Amino acid sequence: MRQFIALTLNGEPRELAVEPHSTLLDALRHDAGLTGTKKGCDVGECGSCTVLMDGKPTNACLVLAPEAHGCTLVTIEGIQPDPDTVHPVQDQFMRCGAAQCGFCTPGFVVMAKALLDENPQPTRDEIRFAIAGNICRCTGYTKIIEAIEQTAETLRHAPEATR
Amino acid sequence: MRAFEYLEPATLAEASALLHRCGGRASVLAGGTDLLVQIKASHRQPARVINIKKIPGMDVLTFDAAEGLRIGALVTTREVETSDMARRHYASLAKAVTDFASIQVRNRATVVGNVCRASPSADTLAPLIADRAQVHLYGLSGSRSMPVEAFVTGAGKTALAADELVSRLTVPAPRPYTGKAYLKHGRRVQMELATVGVAVSITVERGQCLDVGIVLAAVGPTPIRAVHAEAMLRDRPISAGLVLQAAHAAMEDARPISDVRASADYRREMVGVLTRRAIELALQETETH
Repeated sequence: MRQFIALTLNGEPRELAVEPHSTLLDALRHDAGLTGTKKGCDVGECGSCTVLMDGKPTNACLVLAPEAHGCTLVTIEGIQPDPDTVHPVQDQFMRCGAAQCGFCTPGFVVMAKALLDENPQPTRDEIRFAIAGNICRCTGYTKIIEAIEQTAETLRHAPEATR
Repeated sequence: MRAFEYLEPATLAEASALLHRCGGRASVLAGGTDLLVQIKASHRQPARVINIKKIPGMDVLTFDAAEGLRIGALVTTREVETSDMARRHYASLAKAVTDFASIQVRNRATVVGNVCRASPSADTLAPLIADRAQVHLYGLSGSRSMPVEAFVTGAGKTALAADELVSRLTVPAPRPYTGKAYLKHGRRVQMELATVGVAVSITVERGQCLDVGIVLAAVGPTPIRAVHAEAMLRDRPISAGLVLQAAHAAMEDARPISDVRASADYRREMVGVLTRRAIELALQETETH
């Protein structure tokens, strides 16, 4: 039997009718219609379903949908500052060629944003540590790490408001 | 996922009563990072899932010099990883939860959940046992506590009765001149299960070993206290030669098997190497405290 959950989803108050035995990932994709968050392994290994749950990067595949009641959730669809502007991480992923097939990209972008929110000037080792739970089978990570480093570089020179 | 009834008890008493009523057909959900994977793979088929996250007071992580560390059932591995007091006084546990899965998983997975899962390769068990941690259980007939060492009874098996759940862990405050280390051996640094893990807690004053705990992970169905290695060091003056002898003794204490990750022989060799290194690391720590 479906139950209602109320949450703040990408800045908007939302109510969703979810199956209690479904995951937050399925609720986002099927009930909220937000398909940017991807289902890769569905067991918390690949990171392609990474979302920010109360600000913390989380695998949406390992959360039961009813557990999201009352929380603040940000998905890849919610990280742009406005509809016409991409997030600096997204911008650098494009500039650095950090995406090939693109399936892992939303998870990496959300994870990179979480890292930079907490640590705006990470070292290369800190970046590698932060993205250990995100798997990419195309690029080999080098360009992804470069894109995150470049984002940190641009943020260093950017006014506070655009971060 | 297979359908189940989802429940959110508001108190430990309510949770315990629900568990009792379900007679073993219910699963407790805290972090969920293990449980949901097991349900998806049909390794577990609970009729009911009991989410304990609405029970107040169980998300507390505190330390004081007399009581030591208190880890509520809802405290995540990431909270311990990023806690200054845990890193300072419980360096081996802090290291074990840092070497654990990914940040996404650690933001959900609880320390108590890792203990209750009782996996032979569990990262938190070895340092907790080396630090003489206690597990506190709540059930219909009341509360009880026991050493983590006694709580884990086999691979995936614990002393929990059907109506019981763990409310918290407590870890004694370290004595002065105590150093700790946890070394995890795997094929890669992160997103890895331990091939071998070694936790050491050692107290050394004026060159004399006053107390020591050495616990081996992933070389037996449960974590193994390396009793012969400990006996080699306890109440004796520490020397490089003695550390080497203790490392050899630990190899005999281990009960490794061969599996997909490594052969028994390789594991036993690595127990020797890692025990020596972990003791050396912990000894360096004693000098900074």
